[in-house]
Amino acid sequence: MGNEATIKSTGSRVDEEVERGIWPKLVYVWRLLYRDKAGMLGLAMFLIVAATAVFSPWLAPYDPLKQDLMVAKQPPAYSEKGDMSHVLGTDNLGRDMLSRIIYGSRVSLTVGFFGVLIAGSLGMIIGLISGYVGGRVDSFIMGGVNMILALPYLVFVVFIASILGRSLLNVILIFGFTNIPIFARITRGEVLRLRESGFVESALSIGATRTRILFSHILPNLLGPLITIATFEMSGMIFYEAGLGFLGLSVPPSTPSWGNMLATGRQYLTIYPWIATFPGLAIVFTGLGMNLFGDWLRDVLDPRLRRTKR
Amino acid sequence: MTKILSVKNLVIKFYTFDGVVHALNNVSFDLEEGETLAIVGESGSGKSVSMLSLLHLLPMPPAKIENGEAYFYGNEEEPVDLLKLNRSGISKIRGGKIGFIFQDALSALNPVMTIGRQISESIIEHLGLSHAKAKEKTIELLKRVGIPGARQRYDNFPHQFSGGMRQRVMIAVSMACTPKIVIADEPTTALDVTVQAQIVDLTKELQKEFNIAVVWITHDLGVVAGMADRVLVMYAGSPVEIANAQDLYSNPQHPYTIGLMNALPNVKGDGDSRLASIDGIPPDLMDEPRHCQFAWRCPHAFDRCWEEIPQQVSVGENHVVSCFFDVENGRPKENV
Repeated sequence: MGNEATIKSTGSRVDEEVERGIWPKLVYVWRLLYRDKAGMLGLAMFLIVAATAVFSPWLAPYDPLKQDLMVAKQPPAYSEKGDMSHVLGTDNLGRDMLSRIIYGSRVSLTVGFFGVLIAGSLGMIIGLISGYVGGRVDSFIMGGVNMILALPYLVFVVFIASILGRSLLNVILIFGFTNIPIFARITRGEVLRLRESGFVESALSIGATRTRILFSHILPNLLGPLITIATFEMSGMIFYEAGLGFLGLSVPPSTPSWGNMLATGRQYLTIYPWIATFPGLAIVFTGLGMNLFGDWLRDVLDPRLRRTKR
Repeated sequence: MTKILSVKNLVIKFYTFDGVVHALNNVSFDLEEGETLAIVGESGSGKSVSMLSLLHLLPMPPAKIENGEAYFYGNEEEPVDLLKLNRSGISKIRGGKIGFIFQDALSALNPVMTIGRQISESIIEHLGLSHAKAKEKTIELLKRVGIPGARQRYDNFPHQFSGGMRQRVMIAVSMACTPKIVIADEPTTALDVTVQAQIVDLTKELQKEFNIAVVWITHDLGVVAGMADRVLVMYAGSPVEIANAQDLYSNPQHPYTIGLMNALPNVKGDGDSRLASIDGIPPDLMDEPRHCQFAWRCPHAFDRCWEEIPQQVSVGENHVVSCFFDVENGRPKENV
């Protein structure tokens, strides 16, 4: 095998190329992002929410729990009776809406992130086992999964939440565990498709072990769809957390969360609409951002779709 | 010449919901070191099944090896029966001692894994090299199979290659650990003729360089004539004729082989004549073979052909035929 081999069969000359570093890869990611404006917008929206959650103490103008009944139900700055001291107004107890929304992002993102982490990782492992081992194990796991999926989701979640009681950890665990079946089922379906594919046979033919095939051939093919579903699931969990909060089953009332704020605002919806509107907008903003970002991720994580020029 | 592989009396059946498919009936053949054996036959004749079964690549169930042995002599120690190896044993053979080139390179390559990693994977696995060394060796290999800009191409994904390039990559994958045998399962079927020729040439070059025995599964008799040392003709799961390539073309002994030769387009023809064909269709593999499988379509079939399964008979040096009829003299063989 000579270095400067000229290939007899083609006659083409083999040229030496220099290796590329990390910088071009970053530029490449930026180009992928720049091409898809909706994805860029989604990522920006998500980053804003994430930054808000991380830097809440610095960003919030007031203590979100501090009550000031003198300024209770003060309208936002844009209305005639409002002023810049409380930009988004105050709620029924005189707590600053903006500060509460900023702190509320922490609950939403924590629930969304850890909920998806639990559901995604456990669901993926269960799905991998189910799909790759097959046989009785598969029938058993899928039987359980189908049983859980047959339950009406919201009723199921409300039921567990009312038994466990209100705490952030409980909410995370509820969403984490009730979403395992979704990830498990999608993973299993993909594994079943991929294990019959040509490249798995080809990997077998070069002596790859079953573990190796599962983790270095099948798993990377799953990551694209799974990460995409994870982003949609995350926004779903944020919605459901708000729903639980609205029903008074999420985090304790002392913790500012968008769902709790919605529940409070409901009583004043016709007279002081901003108390429910702003947390609602925050939820929409986050959900929309994550869905747009999820779409972009799906396109980018598949090397074949990535190539398509738009 | 030393034997590298010896397959004896291989019988494979598929137990499907609709019934038993008799995929392979008593297949025997030998493979010499460094030679090219072409296996030809129409679709469903058992070409691929026979080779896939050696590496345990058939889905079992439904497939079941009913009988047979396949001794591989490429190990340093004793010859091993491939069919009796356990999972870790066969993993060492696959890729390390016997490589496989698949027909459809696009689906045989992992779409989300770089070309480089797919080749270096087996080098790391079988030769125990470090990642860095495996990468260098992979780049060497990519150059060797004629991928321009190999170092850059190392990080490319399969969809960034053309069909011919992908097949070159497949060849690199299969030959990465310099195996003793490479099984090529119709590697040129999906390619256009010029690329076909390049792939055939490349395989021949590498075969000579590393002294690899190649089993070339195909239904293209033109490719066979160009590269094979010996040819195994299969029909409906049975081997009908094994001969040196030249003998087979100049002196075919089985009515099926003769039919195939007659069906080849002839450049010297007058232009008006129609291509010859073999009447009838291949038998249903669901029916258990009780007599010669070619009897339905054979112009020479007589009573005995409908009563017994013909055994392999030697009719010359390295020339074995499974037929009761003596084509040369136009009468049934006497000593069979």
